[in-house]
Formats: sequence, structure tokens, C-alpha cells
Amino acid sequence: MKNIKTLFAAFLMLTIIPLLSVAQEDDQVMKARSGKFALTNAKIYTVTNGIIEKGTIIINNGVIEAVGANVTIPADAEVFDYNGKEIYPGMIDGGTTLGLAEIGSISEANDFREFGQLTPQMQALTAVNPNSVSIPVTRVSGVTTVWTMPRGGALAGTAASINLFGYTPDQMFAGSKGIVMTFPSAGGGRRFRRLSPEEAKKRQERALKTINEAWDKAELYAKIENSDEVRSYPEIEALVPVVKGEMMLFIETNSAKDILATIEWVKERGYKQVILTGVSEGWRVADKIAESGLSVITGPVQAIPTRQSDNYDAAYANPGIMSKAGVKVALRTMEAENVRNLPYHAGFAAAYGMGREEALKAITINAAEILGISDQVGSIEVGKKANIFVATGDPFETATKITDLFIDGYKVPMTSRQIRLYDEFLNRTPGVDKSKKAIDIKKR
Amino acid sequence: MKMKNILTILLALFSTMALAQVKKGDVLIKGGTVLTVTNGTLENTDVLVRNGKISKIGKNLRAPRGVETVDATGKFVMPGIIDAHSHIAGSAINEGTSQVTAEVSMEDVVNPLDVSIYRALAGGVTSIHLMHGSANVIGGQNETLKLRYGYTNPDDLRFEGAPRTIKFALGENPTRGGRSRGIQPQSRMGVENMIRNSFTQAVAYKKKWDAYRADKSARKVAPEYDLRMQTLVDIMNGDVLVHCHSYRADEIYMLMKVFSDFNIPKLTFQHANEAYKVAPELAAFGASASVFADWWAYKLEVYYSTAYNAAILTNNGVTTSINSDSGELIRHLFHEAAKTQKYGNLSDDESLALITLNPAKQLGIDNRVGSIEEGKDADIAIFDGHPLSVYAIPLMTFVDGVKYFDKATDKGDMRLYVNPESSIEEVMIYDRHDDHRCLEGANALNLRELFSNKK
Repeated sequence: MKNIKTLFAAFLMLTIIPLLSVAQEDDQVMKARSGKFALTNAKIYTVTNGIIEKGTIIINNGVIEAVGANVTIPADAEVFDYNGKEIYPGMIDGGTTLGLAEIGSISEANDFREFGQLTPQMQALTAVNPNSVSIPVTRVSGVTTVWTMPRGGALAGTAASINLFGYTPDQMFAGSKGIVMTFPSAGGGRRFRRLSPEEAKKRQERALKTINEAWDKAELYAKIENSDEVRSYPEIEALVPVVKGEMMLFIETNSAKDILATIEWVKERGYKQVILTGVSEGWRVADKIAESGLSVITGPVQAIPTRQSDNYDAAYANPGIMSKAGVKVALRTMEAENVRNLPYHAGFAAAYGMGREEALKAITINAAEILGISDQVGSIEVGKKANIFVATGDPFETATKITDLFIDGYKVPMTSRQIRLYDEFLNRTPGVDKSKKAIDIKKR
Repeated sequence: MKMKNILTILLALFSTMALAQVKKGDVLIKGGTVLTVTNGTLENTDVLVRNGKISKIGKNLRAPRGVETVDATGKFVMPGIIDAHSHIAGSAINEGTSQVTAEVSMEDVVNPLDVSIYRALAGGVTSIHLMHGSANVIGGQNETLKLRYGYTNPDDLRFEGAPRTIKFALGENPTRGGRSRGIQPQSRMGVENMIRNSFTQAVAYKKKWDAYRADKSARKVAPEYDLRMQTLVDIMNGDVLVHCHSYRADEIYMLMKVFSDFNIPKLTFQHANEAYKVAPELAAFGASASVFADWWAYKLEVYYSTAYNAAILTNNGVTTSINSDSGELIRHLFHEAAKTQKYGNLSDDESLALITLNPAKQLGIDNRVGSIEEGKDADIAIFDGHPLSVYAIPLMTFVDGVKYFDKATDKGDMRLYVNPESSIEEVMIYDRHDDHRCLEGANALNLRELFSNKK
């Protein structure tokens, strides 16, 4: 009898109580929390100071307070034992519209494109929606920082680096901004919009003239901006910090010819903080890019080659070829909803010549340096912001899972709408009532 | 009567002559890790191919005289990848002049010169389902192809003996067409109505022909032949497999009910981003799903997607494949399949089946391809690492035992055709948003929609 009672109690413990706790969890809102955290017993990829086989990281006040193999854990720290796991600095995507684009085909849900060719004063950060469903979907894959950018015209706007946690754009702001410019292409446009060589040339000349006039004005404006006579001229004012060397200029340029023309243009203009973006055909002119000393943000890596005659793997190999030539390379996805695939773009770059170590740098420290935020993020170093993720293994490997996430020192819950839908629908309740079939079919 | 027989024999001769032009290979693939998909992983195993078929799988097999040996030591051998949703090698995609165009077929627009075919081979792909677009509710018939790159006759790429299939489309794409032209359907109600009406007409058409055939009188008059109606009858007879572009759970459920009412047993949902919501119903019906690994949010009807879709479907017993619908994605379907291990813990065999055996089942060609088994076609891909690893590089791809891709001897420019009129080669910067061809050519009047980011 006693045995049966014990059995019954055990039965209750094993079945009913877990059910209850699950039911409770359903109603709970999972919130991020801050505190003093000790992440211990993990293999730590610092990126800038090698690999610590079994180490500890102390996070306090949002920053990394200590990192190493022999770190004393403070008595008041909450300890996370990550035995058997790997810790990496949060990945950084060098080019996205994350936060600006919610649903592709619905123009009302897209805020990355403003009307006009010259709109450099348009602030991406203003339009970042901190509650975009894509943001949790992205960060639970280990991407913690992105460059989010306006797209469209010749000078589309001002892009910003954002961390993927926060409730206002300012809470998310990662500390750097830059003007986005598209270098007029000598090429024939995209699918559906092929131009003859003559038309393309004409179009390029016209676009170059527009851009050059704007920059001429900006240079003039920089000289006279303190005069009382100067009228407000927002689109030109936005360019002045670039002219003065105080702000970054990101120039989108892709074909070999355009890349070389862009390098010449930059040399003539003499602007100091210029970054080349896109650079799809960088592999054709890698030495010239290296010579120019300009850094590159390239991608997507999983892309079709630019020419029919190209090697099938030209886009996969592009980052590695540039990096081997001595160019500082960061990667980007050019995605909004699938920025989460950044580690796979890096994995393909690694496999096709870049190597794993360089590819890891391309989405951490190189990206941070190029985006001007390496004092804050991009590696696991004392004093840097605690943007960190914990993985079951190599994060480039497709099957690897990210298990824990820290952004800005907050321990961010590992949930997203996609994960919640999985939890709800894996074993749906109710399932199918086999006794009265809603959909009956006479099998032949 | 005699004349008829001679004609038949002549016709048969012609058709075998056409087939005879397609090469069948002999090769011994030695010492690889063989991922059979149906029979687990065989370490250090040889695969002998004779005359385009897998003739023997085992250890220490010897190459018969004159048969080339490929050393696959340390490498991975898997069944050629099958893409159940592709638009490469299609010179046209949509016949959008009517909401029902069952009479047209992609077999008439196969472009064997498309360099995308070679690029897909370089991703281990051996077969594709070249699909009609999704502009109309009942679209055109699709064509199953083998990627025999190098042949210039479209017929040489056809997967001989593959069942006929047809494209249907639900949701935003056909209703957008209806709205822009001021016709039905403009809602999911109209889509259902259009399909029911079409099948009801086809039933009447079939009745007329059945009566005609049953009529013994000498002076009977045949009803008018209608290829569109006949194709719908073929669907109801189970001779044409339906592959339906769909996203939302409600429309997926709707079509199962319609098919149930018309007694159509086989049905594959394409894209089916919300199939996970009705997975038990799909399993009960026996319908299958061909999905993306992680594409979502490009339009409203895919906003409530989850990358766990394939895993939820697989765990609920739904035959599921992962497709590309893209000239880019098709080159790394092995990587797309691997995502189901991150999103839902599928096993290696389950993941690999998503791009081999399962799409073969959905296309009705699983008796021929989809696994490495004796007697099946020698459509095989060799990788330098496990194909589910992000670092895996496809090395060789065989169709019918003939090597159509070899990384070691890849000569870079693999075009079969160079436009003699273009002096400078076009440079096209890849943009994922330009890569969707489901609505291409659908509605030439509405250019803005056509050029924007729409699938």
C-alpha cells in the first residue's frame, strides 16, 4: 500500500507537476536581465588574443570586466557553467536593412528608401523599429550588431551601427554612422533593365555629374559654414562631416571597372574615411584595391557570379582572394529577415579560400574596425561591451546551436517568434481526430 | 491495320533513336563514405555503375575492363540532389493570359543552354522540376529534367518516363492578378471557387467523352477536344501530379478539401510556409510539402513562417522536401537541408532525404533516383566533406553515370552559347530580390509590380 502511494506520488511528480510548470511558462514574458555574470569553463575565441581552451569571462555593468584562463570569480557573480561549449564575440553584419524592412512586398512596411537621388541627411537610425520581428530571429543566431542602411538613390542616406537589443533606437545605437553612396555604374543595370552600352555610359555620366556637384557644394559649404550668410541646405550639410574627415563614406561599387573608377574618384576627392561596399568583382582587381588601402565590406557571399563566363564559385571565392591580396575585408548579407545566415556566408567564404580564422575576423573584429566601433565590440577583450554568444561548437557549421546570448551585458532570452511557433506546432493540440476525418479521401 | 503497325514501329524506333543520343556512363567510385539515404551510411564502400545504372554497391569491387575508377577515399558519395521547384533552364515561366492555363507546358520552353544548369551541377544537383510560374490559379504543366549539360536538344534533358505534373497557385499571386485586371479571383474565396468550377467543368467534359466512347452506334459524333479540360481530367485520373504554390495554412487546408471532394489523391504543396500549422491534416491526407529552409517575410503571407517548418512536417509524418526556386539557392541545397539540423534536430538521413528521396517521391521518380541503391540511375554527387557541413565542397556530379561536373577540370567559362551581338559581356550584380521568377512575365502591363521584390 505504501509502495503504491509512493508510486502514485512519483507519478504525480513526473507527469502533472512538469505540465503545470509548462503551463505557467506559457504566460510568462521572457525578459532580458543584467547583472554580474561569470561565464566559465568554456572554450573562448577572443579573436584578437587567440583561443582560451578553458576560460572564464566576467561581465559587469554591461562590459567585459575580465577574461582569461585563471580568472577569480567574484562571490556575488551569477555563474554560468558552459563546460564543453564555445564562446565567441557577437557576429557583426556589415550591410543590412534590418529594422528598416519588415515585410518585403509591402511598401508600407519598408522604410529604407526615401524619395530622390540626393538624400544623405536621411537617418536610418530614426526608422529602426526596435520591435521588428526579425530582430530576435536574427540575434538568437549569434548576430549581435549590424550596419543598417538606407538604399536607393545616389546618396541614399546615413547608415548606422546598431546592437540587436534595446527598446529605442538610442538604446540600440552602437556608436557609428556613415554616408551611403552608390557609385554610378558603367554597367547595364539589373535583370529587366538592360541598357545598351551607349545608354549606360550616358546614364553614368549624368549620375556622376549629379554626385560631383553635390560634393563640390559640400566642399564649398565646409569652407563657409560659419558665415552668417549660409542658408540651411540639409542634404549638403549632411556631407560636410565626410569632407572634413569626421565621418565615414561607404561607396557601393561592384564591377571591376566601377571599382577602379571609384578608387580614382576617392583619390581625387581625398576623403579620409572611405569604405568600398559590394565589391562583387573585387577578385578581378584585388591588387589594385589593396594598393588603394581602402577597406571592403563585401557580400552576399552566397551569390551568383556577376558574369555568365565566370567560374561558378566566383562569389564564394571573392572575399578570400581580396583578403589574401592584403585588403581588409568584412562581410555582409544584404538581408533584412535573413541576417541570421551571416555565419553561413562566412562559412562559404572560409571553405572557398578565405580560411576559417580570416572569415571569423571578417564578421567580428574587421567589421568592427571598418564600421568604427572596435573600441566597443568585435572581440572578447576587457573593457569592451559584452556582446557575446555561447555555441555548441563552430558557429559556421550549419548544425551548431547558439545556446546563450549576451548583448550590451544583458542576458537576452533565447526566443523568437519562429521558436515559439515551433514550440506550439511541433505537437499541435488538438491534432487530427482520427474518428471523424475532416478530410477524407478514397484512396485508389 | 498493317500500315498502322508499321507506323507504330517506326515511331518507337524514332523515339529510341532520340534517347540513344543521351550518353550512359560506366564508372567505379571507390572507397568513399556512401550516404545511401535509404540504407544508412556505408564506410569505405565502392559503387559500380554500368550503362548509367548503379549495378553494385560493396567493398573491394573491381573495375571491369575499360571502366574508369574514381578514387573517393576520404570523400562522401551521395545521391544526386533533386530540386522540386526550379525555374532555371526555362526560357519562359508564366502563361498568364487566363486564370486557367492547364493546356500549356514547360516542355516547350526548356533552354538547355542556360549556364545555371552547370552551376546547379556544381552544387551536386542532377534533376530539377522546371515549374510554370504562379501567376494563375491553374497554371501550366511542369517538366522534370535531368541536368545533362552540353546537349543542345531540349528533349535530351527530359527525365524520360517521369510522370506529368502541373502547377497550381493559391493566395496573393493569383489574387493580385485578379485585382490588377478586375476579374476573379481577388480573394481566397475566389481561388477556391475557380478550382471547383474548373474541375466541375472537367467532370462534365469527361462525361461527354465517356458517353461517346460507350456509344456503339456507327454514326456517333465526337465531342470537341479541349486540351485544357483533358488535362484537368488527367489530373482527376491521377495521371498528372499537382504541385501547388501555397503559403497559408487556410489555403492549404482548402485545397485538400477540394481534392477530397473530387477524389484526387496526390498533392504536393510548394513553398507551403505555413504547412507546419496543418501538419497533422497533411499527414492524414497523405499530401506532401516542398518548402524553403528559411525564406520568409518577403510578403505578408510568409510573415508568420518558421525555419522549423521542415522539421515539424517531418516529425508529423509528412513527406517533405527542401527546394530552391532560385538559381542561387539551387547551388547549395545540401546546405539548406543542413539547416533542419539547427532548426529542429533532424538526423543526417532525414536531412539528406529532404533533397533526394523525398523530392523524388513528390515527382514520382523515386523508383529511379533519390537514393544510392542497386538498380537505380547513377545520378551521384561526390563531396570532399560531409555534405551537411558548411565547409563541404562538391567535387563531381554524375548523371546516368556520366560526369557532368568535375571541380578539378572545371574550365571556368562554361557557357554553351555566347551572344554574337553583345560586344561587352554583361555584368549583373546579384540581388536576391531579382532572383525570383515565379511571377516573371505574368503581367506585362503592371511593370512596377513585376520589377519589384515579388515572388
